[in-house]
Amino acid sequence: MASLSVKIGALELRNPVMTASGTFGYGLEFQDFVDLSRLGGIVVKGTTLHPREGNPYPRMAETASGMLNCVGLQNKGVDYFCKDIYPKVKDLPTNVIVNVSGSTIDDYVETARRIGELESIPAIELNISCPNVRQGGMAFGVTCEGASSVVRAVRKAYPKTLIVKLSPNVTDIAEIARAVEAEGADSVSLINTLMGMAIDAEKRKRILSIGTGGLSGPAVKPVALRMVYQVARAVKIPVIGLGGIMTATDAIEFLLAGATAIEVGTANFIDPSVTMKVVEGIEAYLERHGFQSVSDIIGALEE
Amino acid sequence: MKKQIMDLRVTLSERVGAQCTLLKAKPVEGHLPECKPGQFAQLRVDDSGTFLRRPISIHDVEGDEISFLVQEVGKGTHWLCSLKEGDILNVVLPLGNGFTIKTQGTPLLIGGGVGVAPLLFLGKRLKEQGVKPTFLLGARTKAQLVRLDAFREVGEVLITTEDGSEGERGFVTQHSQLSMFNGRQCSIVYTCGPMPMMKAVAKMAREKGIECEASLENRMACGVGACLCCVEELADGHNHCVCTDGPVFSTAELKIDN
Ligand SMILES: Cc1cc2nc3c(=O)[nH]c(=O)nc-3n(C[C@H](O)[C@H](O)[C@H](O)COP(=O)(O)OP(=O)(O)OC[C@H]3O[C@@H](n4cnc5c(N)ncnc54)[C@H](O)[C@@H]3O)c2cc1C
Ligand SMILES: Cc1cc2nc3c(=O)[nH]c(=O)nc-3n(C[C@H](O)[C@H](O)[C@H](O)COP(=O)(O)O)c2cc1C
Ligand code: FES
Repeated sequence: MASLSVKIGALELRNPVMTASGTFGYGLEFQDFVDLSRLGGIVVKGTTLHPREGNPYPRMAETASGMLNCVGLQNKGVDYFCKDIYPKVKDLPTNVIVNVSGSTIDDYVETARRIGELESIPAIELNISCPNVRQGGMAFGVTCEGASSVVRAVRKAYPKTLIVKLSPNVTDIAEIARAVEAEGADSVSLINTLMGMAIDAEKRKRILSIGTGGLSGPAVKPVALRMVYQVARAVKIPVIGLGGIMTATDAIEFLLAGATAIEVGTANFIDPSVTMKVVEGIEAYLERHGFQSVSDIIGALEE
Repeated sequence: MKKQIMDLRVTLSERVGAQCTLLKAKPVEGHLPECKPGQFAQLRVDDSGTFLRRPISIHDVEGDEISFLVQEVGKGTHWLCSLKEGDILNVVLPLGNGFTIKTQGTPLLIGGGVGVAPLLFLGKRLKEQGVKPTFLLGARTKAQLVRLDAFREVGEVLITTEDGSEGERGFVTQHSQLSMFNGRQCSIVYTCGPMPMMKAVAKMAREKGIECEASLENRMACGVGACLCCVEELADGHNHCVCTDGPVFSTAELKIDN
């Protein structure tokens, strides 16, 4: 059987299939549907230094082949995570990665530092790309200076594997990727959601409570693929690809575009067991094409 | 209670009333997991015009056969209402908390529109526990009252319509028999329906000193507590997931009663 394992920084994944932050809870919500020991890793909900209520309801609008959300990083804060969630997830049979967000650089640093003290959390994904919060979030992720400054500060405080999650709401994502690589990021993941809007024509109103939201699902896949392709050619660190992955074939396309691993997000809402099918499908593909290892197909596009 | 993803085969699809379809279905393989009244299922809609699953209450369970009562309001429910006997329907269930089953006194079950859906299953389970449920069902007009025969098999049925075409004219909270229900012999009011109706019911229950539970219908994406899209801000000032902490809440916890 082909080898599926990949490495992201110091992190060993048994296979390249992970789950995307904000779409898989803390993993516990999906235990009835998924054998977590068959996942490369799970990226848990966005965690901030202080508790956040998130944005008011309505936070979701369905769109053609996707959805918009403006959840706005609702979470109970890093202390709650350490005290109440960590004991429940620390022995899960997969890599548990915490998605870290903040409004200020100090917030990011302090949150990362505290997560860094948790023995069973081998990596963080730094979210500098949330489009649904007023302060911080995406503001850091849309300029090279902003991205560099957060990553530089967090890098000093966080010794383990540091993944930086990039925003697609930029002119040149490769430039941002190079900037965070230069500050010592071990990996970049992309894409976060694309900023969008939904309008109810009958009511002549914007549907989401804050007016705009982040688009996810198959609708964003072509954009995500293009960006992963560009970034994989621009940096040396491993790239984690995501955005609209619904099937194993989608995942393989991201690997071919240059991603070392992938994350499955919105698809979990449609089929809570989809990640298992993605793992099996990648296995079957490698077998069918006679590849020994998943690394044989990473960035392996024919000209 | 383990949640499952399963394929069901439609055993009955019947138009009821002006806008609703009664769907009955059985697992293609294996058995239906145990479901509680007030819980719901996420129904997969296989139509290119929709993307997410649709949350629908469990209307009834008889052995391995589950029923849904679906009102056609948009593309997803149109697809569901167009299912035919023999078709496959993929569901995730059982989801949510369900109603609290109270076995002392007489429970009053108040439903409006398609909000009557979960009350049939609830009424049946209450009856099995030896209590005699009373249903108070409201609609705009007679054609929107559905499944009356099924409700009458389970308990007494009181009716209001806004145009007076069936039962008493007016809103559910104006029904003349309500004066018979007080905190002494009525143990609990369960309600599901349009928000203005549930607000009025919650207020009435509070004034009578009767406990009240309401089932909410917030928009959902995942249905399992992962996405935080479905939240309702409760009286405690915090956002709670309707799909996992609800859909049933004590109205004392809800802002509608405050
Ligand atoms: C826990 C729960 C239980 C439910 N039980 C039932 C049931 O037993 N039977 C039943 O018929 N329906 C039930 N619903 C409602 C049902 O899920 C929606 O009507 C359905 O998702 C609409 O899908 P659609 O594609 O037909 O409509 P869409 O095309 O998505 O929408 C049609 C119209 O309805 C509005 N709308 C859609 N969903 C909602 C919502 N949740 N809140 C407010 N407005 C909305 C839209 O803005 C639009 O104007 C339940 C909902 C929840 C959350
Ligand atoms: C409801 C919802 C909540 C999300 N919350 C977060 C979050 O907290 N942090 C984050 O970095 N990304 C978050 N995302 C973005 C996803 O992790 C992912 O980047 C995006 O949805 C694209 O992937 P997909 O199309 O596979 O869903 C969220 C997405 C959704 C749909
Ligand atoms: S619908 Fe996703 S958390 Fe409730």
